[in-house]
Amino acid sequence: MINVKIRNFELGLFLSLVSLGVMGGSRDGDASEKTEATRRSSTTTSGLVSAYEMGMGTVGEVSPDAIGIDPMTYLTTWNFNNLPPEEREKFYQESKLPDGRTLREYWFYTVDKEIEIAPGVFFPAWTYNGQVPGPTIRATEGDRIRIHFLNQGTKPHTMHFHGFHPAEMDGSMPHQFVAPGDTFLYEFDAEPFGLHLYHCHSTPLSQHIHKGLYGVYIVDPETPREEARELVMMMNGFDPNFDEENEIYAVNTITFYYVNHPIPVKLGELVRIYLVNILEFDQINSFHTHANFFNEFRTGTSLTPNSFTDTIILGQAERSILELRFRFPGKFMFHAHKTEFAERGWMGLFEVMEDVVEAKE
Amino acid sequence: MKRWFFAFLPLILLGVLIALFLAKGPLGLFKAILPPIQELSVERIVLKPDEILLHVVNDGPDPITIAQVMVNGAFWNFEMEPNSTLSRLGRGRIRIPYPWVEGDMEHITLVTRDGVTFEAVVEVATVTPTPDRRYLSTFALLGVYVGVIPVFLGLLWLPFLKTLRSGWYGFFLALTVGLLVFLGVDSLVEAIETTEKAPETFQGMGVLTFGLSLSFLSLSAISRRSQMRAKEKGEGYQRLVLAFLIAFGIGIHNLGEGLAIGGAYAVGEVALGALLVLGFMIHNVTEGVAIIAPIARIKPSLKHLVLMGLLAGIPTILGTWIGGFSYSAIWAVLFLAIGAGAIFQVVFEIVKQMGKSTSGGLVTFGNVAGFLTGLVIMYVTGLFVAA
Repeated sequence: MINVKIRNFELGLFLSLVSLGVMGGSRDGDASEKTEATRRSSTTTSGLVSAYEMGMGTVGEVSPDAIGIDPMTYLTTWNFNNLPPEEREKFYQESKLPDGRTLREYWFYTVDKEIEIAPGVFFPAWTYNGQVPGPTIRATEGDRIRIHFLNQGTKPHTMHFHGFHPAEMDGSMPHQFVAPGDTFLYEFDAEPFGLHLYHCHSTPLSQHIHKGLYGVYIVDPETPREEARELVMMMNGFDPNFDEENEIYAVNTITFYYVNHPIPVKLGELVRIYLVNILEFDQINSFHTHANFFNEFRTGTSLTPNSFTDTIILGQAERSILELRFRFPGKFMFHAHKTEFAERGWMGLFEVMEDVVEAKE
Repeated sequence: MKRWFFAFLPLILLGVLIALFLAKGPLGLFKAILPPIQELSVERIVLKPDEILLHVVNDGPDPITIAQVMVNGAFWNFEMEPNSTLSRLGRGRIRIPYPWVEGDMEHITLVTRDGVTFEAVVEVATVTPTPDRRYLSTFALLGVYVGVIPVFLGLLWLPFLKTLRSGWYGFFLALTVGLLVFLGVDSLVEAIETTEKAPETFQGMGVLTFGLSLSFLSLSAISRRSQMRAKEKGEGYQRLVLAFLIAFGIGIHNLGEGLAIGGAYAVGEVALGALLVLGFMIHNVTEGVAIIAPIARIKPSLKHLVLMGLLAGIPTILGTWIGGFSYSAIWAVLFLAIGAGAIFQVVFEIVKQMGKSTSGGLVTFGNVAGFLTGLVIMYVTGLFVAA
């Protein structure tokens, strides 16, 4: 407003000096100023999409192997169930213990790897098994979990689980750091049931987390939850210019991935989202669904919902199981209702259809 | 033959060494240890309705790929010409369809392939002038107000100066020196400040040194020649040449000043208020005085006076045109430096003249008072420009 005033004042000065006859200027400056102003408000000169269309977002597409796993596959993958059996065996095996319990054995390794966090933007990540987020571990309450861990990275790393376990299995104290080239065997019972996570606890902690060393750890109750379409979502972010502020926000690493590739959902079916927040540097993160409400089970440790809402806030390492059903077909947004994060990539779409053609299992 | 061999021998050996170094040398050693250094300069930001256009140049040693663009913290669509990778000193244009808001500040962040970010800021968003007739005449008018008119107004003091007794004349010459020294220092400081805005590769300080030397030395050579001719053509001729040199120096200074005004206006750094224009008018009246002081004692023809006025004033118009439509910091540095060098040279010439024409030495109370008055006048009129 103030600026406009000054500009008009300036024009007035010009015109008054012109009319003094000091300079043989023309008076049509006034008229052209007006047409300029009207033109400004109505047209776009760009040959691109109009700024008012979907101008927001990143340009281009990431490569298929951007984060070590297809982001669509990541949503429904746990215990390496995306791999063919003979390949899966190398990373996951199931057997029975003498006492009848299930033993779940995993082979995890850390490795330095460049990942693509936005189309054309690459990040020197530290990864579990070459992917960010790391592979999802899923067990039933009371199962025995055994993880053969090998550090193939260049710094000492660990696996620190949220859940009950003995002190020596905590992967957090300096003497528990696994040096490059070394191995460690993590072993503990899967408890309590709920939605948890694991991450590297080497120091500097914020660096080891932010570089990509984290993953989801689900413990199902002994009586299974209701049949549903289950989706794993890790809310994360990246600071590619290392100024201790995130430039990139996402769910499952890649900016706007599920905007460009909406998540197919069937009309009326139960959708269960395993939502974990690992975002570094920022105090909070949030999750919001459009045109829908969900039951929130905080940390998934109870079978009774804590709230029925459409927006929740989570701090780092906080997580919730969300259950919802879509009432209408069409595309529905979901994003952080922290608009800054949404505009920097943490946004996606559900595409609700009468029937969903299931992806290859 | 032998002489030319020795003239080129070091160069030939240097060439051989470079070839060897590139082929077999420890270049890999340097490359492997150091991460790629990325530098990018945003030379110009053009705002069109619902569109932001950035002119960028890669002034780092390694190629840069612009992968994504953010505006005010949000990822935004963009198009880059000729393509998104810029080789060393390569230039590109980034077109962003963005609904920017008149009068707001706009932050643009360029994200490279490696996640390095470069920031560009539009202080006050407003449509950038395009070189059509209206804007050309607006800037021409601006140039007339801040350059041509004030200089001519200053020239009108000539009849008054003519009536002055010898002692007072010395005072006014010293005053002129004061005005010019202030102007020269102002030019130089502005040139130094502007080097910060230019891409590092262009070595603003080197350009500055060149500009300063160029004008100072060429004007020295010109005035030396005029002094030799003065023997046949008389003292008046030499003073006339001096007045023209002053007018030239001020003209170049005004070109630099015009570049700065036009450039700042075009990139939305300043909303050119009426007060600023008035300030420059008052400030620049002093320039006319500076031109006529050495020729107050001779009878310059009207033709010469008009020529001097135009020589000093017209470059302001050129400056605002160039600055408004293709501002480049490095050219501003060059012209400001040339202006400073020219002004310092004419200061030297005037002081030399004063030394010749007075018997009692230069540092008289009258002269010192004149010099200081000149500085004070510039300071006080300069306060209007600082608006």
